[in-house]
Amino acid sequence: MPEGRWKWATAAVAVVVMAVAAGCGSSSSSSSSKPPTKIGKGEGKLNLVAWEGYTQPEWVKPFETQTGCKVSSKFAGSSDEMVTLMRQGGGSQYDMVSASGDASLRLIRGGDVKPVNVNLVPSWKDFIPQLKSPSHNTVDGKHYGVSVQWGPNVLLYNTQAVTPGPTSWSVIYGPTYKGKVSVPDNPIQIADAALYLSKTNPSLGITDPYELNQKQLNAATDLLKKQKPLIKKYWALSSDESDLFKNGDVVVGAAWPIAVKTLEADKQPVKDTIPKEGATGWADTWMLSAKAKHPNCAYEWMKYISTPKVQAQQAVSYGETPVNQKACPLMDQIEKGSCARLHANAPASYFNSIKFWKTPIADCGNGKTDCQDYTVWQKKWQEVKG
Amino acid sequence: MAPVGALAGRPPGAARRASAWLFRRPGLRAALTLTPPLGWFVLLYLAALVALLVSAFWSVDPFTSEVVHKWTTANFKSLIEDPTYRRIAFRTIGIAAAVTITDGILAFPFAYFAARVAPRRLQTVLFVLVLLPLWSSYLVRVYAWRLILAHDGALNWTLDKLHFGSLNVGYSNWAMWIVFSYIWLPFMIVPVWTAIERVPDSLLEASMDLGGSVWRTFRSVLLPLALPGLIAGSIFTFSLTLGDYITPTLVGGASSDFIGNVVYRNVGVANNVPFAAAFATLPMIVMGIYLTVARRLGAFEAL
Repeated sequence: MPEGRWKWATAAVAVVVMAVAAGCGSSSSSSSSKPPTKIGKGEGKLNLVAWEGYTQPEWVKPFETQTGCKVSSKFAGSSDEMVTLMRQGGGSQYDMVSASGDASLRLIRGGDVKPVNVNLVPSWKDFIPQLKSPSHNTVDGKHYGVSVQWGPNVLLYNTQAVTPGPTSWSVIYGPTYKGKVSVPDNPIQIADAALYLSKTNPSLGITDPYELNQKQLNAATDLLKKQKPLIKKYWALSSDESDLFKNGDVVVGAAWPIAVKTLEADKQPVKDTIPKEGATGWADTWMLSAKAKHPNCAYEWMKYISTPKVQAQQAVSYGETPVNQKACPLMDQIEKGSCARLHANAPASYFNSIKFWKTPIADCGNGKTDCQDYTVWQKKWQEVKG
Repeated sequence: MAPVGALAGRPPGAARRASAWLFRRPGLRAALTLTPPLGWFVLLYLAALVALLVSAFWSVDPFTSEVVHKWTTANFKSLIEDPTYRRIAFRTIGIAAAVTITDGILAFPFAYFAARVAPRRLQTVLFVLVLLPLWSSYLVRVYAWRLILAHDGALNWTLDKLHFGSLNVGYSNWAMWIVFSYIWLPFMIVPVWTAIERVPDSLLEASMDLGGSVWRTFRSVLLPLALPGLIAGSIFTFSLTLGDYITPTLVGGASSDFIGNVVYRNVGVANNVPFAAAFATLPMIVMGIYLTVARRLGAFEAL
C-alpha cells in the first residue's frame, strides 16, 4: 500500500476542515454601529419573533409580494421568552422582535438590539406623540425601533355566570368565584396586584406598579398568594384561556383582547371591561436585532407595518390600538365603529390612564434605588405558583 | 479502504498480515472494536452529563443574561433553602410514586389474564390493544384527556346523564395523576406480562398441591417471581413521570409545577441555564437511588 497517498489525503481533509471552520468564524462580524440613511436592496428573507396574531397572512402576504422578503415568524408566549429568543445562538437567528415595554429596555441594555433611523419610516411622523419616542424604546435620543400597537389588559368575564358585570378587579381577588378564575402565568402579573393595592391600600404608598420596594413587592406577592386558591389555572397561551372559558372551567379572569375576540367570534357569552382601578397594558415596538442578517428587509417591514392601512388591519384583527393616527377611518372601513371601540381616537387622558408594562429595575425613578428588579419579580412569581 | 482482493489472493497483502497480527493479540482486538462505540458514548452521553453538572455551579448575570463562569454553590443553596422548590420536588416525586403504584395495580391483573388465561388468539389482540395508544402522538392523547376532564367535558356530561352530579377534577393534581397513569400504563404492562409468562406452571401447581390457597400461592410464589417485571415497569413509569413537563402544563391546575416546568422556564424563558442544571441534578440523584435499589431486587434480569 503506498503510504504517501494516505498522508496526502489526510492532509487535504485537514486543510478543508480548517478552511470551513475559518469561514464560519469570520462571517459573523458585520454589524455597523451607525444606522443606515437609505434602505438597500432586500435580502429576500425576514425572521421575526412576534406575539401570536402579529403576523397574520392578511398583511404579511402583501408585504412578501411587494418587497420579496419572505417572512418567517416564531411566536413567543411572554416577554421573558422574547428576550431569551433574541439572545439564543449569539443573537443572529432573528432579525426583529415585537417587544413589549417590559422587554424592550432589557434588550437595549443587553446590547441585543441596535438603533434605527426613524427617518426611513415615513409614517413615523403620524404616530401619536406619546409613542414617537417613549422611554421604553428610546434611550439618549436614539430610537431602538418603532412603536406598533398598544392596549390594556382587560377583565374578562362570562356574562351568564358573573352577574352583575364586575366593575372592580376585586372580583378576581375575592372568594365569590373560587376555582373559576384564571390569570396569566407571567411575573409581570405582580404589577396587576400592585395596581389594585395602590387603590385599595393607599398606606403602602404605591405610585407606580412597576417600581416597588421590598415592602410593597411583598404586599403584592401576599395578595397573589391569597388569590392562588381561587385560581383554576395560570394560562401560558392566550388560546389556553379561551379554552378554559369555552369549556366552562373559568368564568372570570385577566385577559388580552385577542382572547376576547376569539371567544366572541365563537359566540361565547363573554364581555371585557377596564375596572375602576384602571389597568396595566402594553405598548409594543418592532426592534431590530444588533446582529440582524436581513436589515434591509427589516426596514421595509418597519415602513410597511406603520402605514395606516396595515395599522388598521392589525388593530382590528388583534383588538388593540394603532399608533398611527391616520388609521382610524380605515379601521371603520374594516369594521364599523372599531375606531371608537378600540380607542384609536381617544384623548390623551385615556392613554395616560393605562400603566404600561416596563422592566422593573432597582432605580425607582424618584431618587431612591431600593426598588426590586425583575429577577426578584421572577423569583416571587415562582413562589406564588410553587 | 483495504482492497478486498488482498484477503483472497496471494502472496499475502498488508490486510492479511494485519489480520494475522491482530489474531495473536486478542486484547488489542477487543480494544479496537470497542473504542468507536465507547468513544461515542463518552462524548455524547457522559460529556453532556458532565457539562450539565459543571454548569450547575455557574451563575447568570442578571442584566445581560450572560453566563458567569465562576464557581458558586448559590444555585444549590437556593434550591435547598427555598421552600418553593422543595414543594415542587416533593410534588414531582410524590405524583411519580402514585402513578407507579397505580400502574402496578392496574397492570398486574391485566398482565396475568393476558399471559396465563387468555387463549393464543386473544393474546395477540390484547398485545395490539396495549400498544395501540402508542401509535398516536403523546400530545394528542393529553389534549384528549383535557377535553374529557374539562368542566363541560365528556366525563361530567356522562355523570350528569347518570344523575351523579359532576366532578371537578379538570386542571388539578388529580387530573395529572389520571393522565400520567393512562399514558405510561403500557410501559408497565409489557414487562409485567413478560415476567408472569416466564413463571413455570409447575411451580404454581406445586404450591396448590401442597395445600396453598390461591392468595398464598399469589403472595409466596407468583408475586416474588414477577417482582422483577414490576420493578422494571416501575422504572419506566417513575422516570417518565419524573421528567415530564408537558402534562403538568396542559392538564395541571394552579399549583402543579413539576421539576421539569421549572427547568423549562429557566432555560426557555428566564435564560438561567445554571439554575436549571442545578435543579435537573435532583431527578438524576433520585433515579440513581431508585436504580440501585431496583438492581438489588433483580429487576434488570427481567428486562
